[in-house]
Amino acid sequence: MKLIRLKYTKWFNISRDGISKNNPILIAVLGICSALAITNRVDNAIAMGIGVTFVIIASSLVVSLIRNFIPSRVRMVTYMVIISTFVISVQMFMEGFFPAIADELGPYVGLIITNCIVMGRAEAFASKNPLKYTFVDGLANGLGYMFVLISIAVVREALAFGTILDIRVMPSNWVNWTVMAIAPGGFFILGLYIWFMRELSKNYEVQA
Amino acid sequence: MLELLELFFGSILDHNIALAYILGMCPLIAISTNLRNAKGMGLAVIFVVTITAMINYPIYVLLQRTETTQLHLLVFIITIAATVQFLELFLEKFIPKMYNAFGIFLPLITVNCVVLGVSLFFVNRQYTFLETTAFSFGSAVGWFLAIVLLAAVREKMAKNSDVPKGLAGKGIAFIILGILSLAFVGFTGLASI
Repeated sequence: MKLIRLKYTKWFNISRDGISKNNPILIAVLGICSALAITNRVDNAIAMGIGVTFVIIASSLVVSLIRNFIPSRVRMVTYMVIISTFVISVQMFMEGFFPAIADELGPYVGLIITNCIVMGRAEAFASKNPLKYTFVDGLANGLGYMFVLISIAVVREALAFGTILDIRVMPSNWVNWTVMAIAPGGFFILGLYIWFMRELSKNYEVQA
Repeated sequence: MLELLELFFGSILDHNIALAYILGMCPLIAISTNLRNAKGMGLAVIFVVTITAMINYPIYVLLQRTETTQLHLLVFIITIAATVQFLELFLEKFIPKMYNAFGIFLPLITVNCVVLGVSLFFVNRQYTFLETTAFSFGSAVGWFLAIVLLAAVREKMAKNSDVPKGLAGKGIAFIILGILSLAFVGFTGLASI
């Protein structure tokens, strides 16, 4: 009984929107750069996913808190400054505690700033909604993003190196598909994922 | 001089910023449905990327002098936003023809990851000023090449081919990009960066 009632609350709707119905990568196709560039290893994908989730939640909360004080003409610049503050803290945290991963991600950590998902959430949701819903929305979008990142990375790492999180999954005579470790593999996998998701949800793109 | 040339061609073909480093995907996918718009966006990117990289370089040197390099992200993004805003005003006032040609694309560039990406790459690789200029110009030309190629293929495809319903639009764009990117892998080893 409780579950059924849960289905109609705003909380539930916001989370479902973020994770599946309007998944930022698969349906809206935002934030692709980082999604493709760093997903050749699962551990990079997890680190990136956590980083982005944190930035989305934190910046959305701040934007939501001060949403009534930002003049609408300078709101973009304000969002930029808020977002980059959190990105800098993520970067320093990674360099301090996980130098190996920070090294591999390189400039892509800094590029979280221009990840359209973060900006899009601040503009489309946080600037109009109270704090508690903003938190759910940020978390749902972050998790939706991380979920796609990890599922791409699992396929790519398995095919390219024969491992997942450095644990061997493929038979020992497996020939590594080097193409999966570089850019083309990412494009192909994401294209196929989008196809699969659209067929599954019957959410087709209207021909222009 | 020869090294600068190598850097320039290397960043167009071998280390193409769109097809090898996967930057600037959002506008690449969104604006590549027709060739005309793709050209406009590509030219605007060449213009802005080269100028902002040249402005960001002395600013980064200044940050190094004052030992506040951890702020470079924040400073770069503000420089980029300010430069784009300034360019828009400048073009509107003095070269209205160019302003009309760029139209909506100029403000959109602020959130194009290529612009910030190029600035972060020169920090990571510790380029000199001339190298930065060659690299940023080359990268921008490479991005222009990628968006124009993609748009030309998509435009032809929209007319003549029968794409499965679920794959139409963005899905097939990624498959095309994958093939293009595979073709560019053929340039590997052309130049060292």
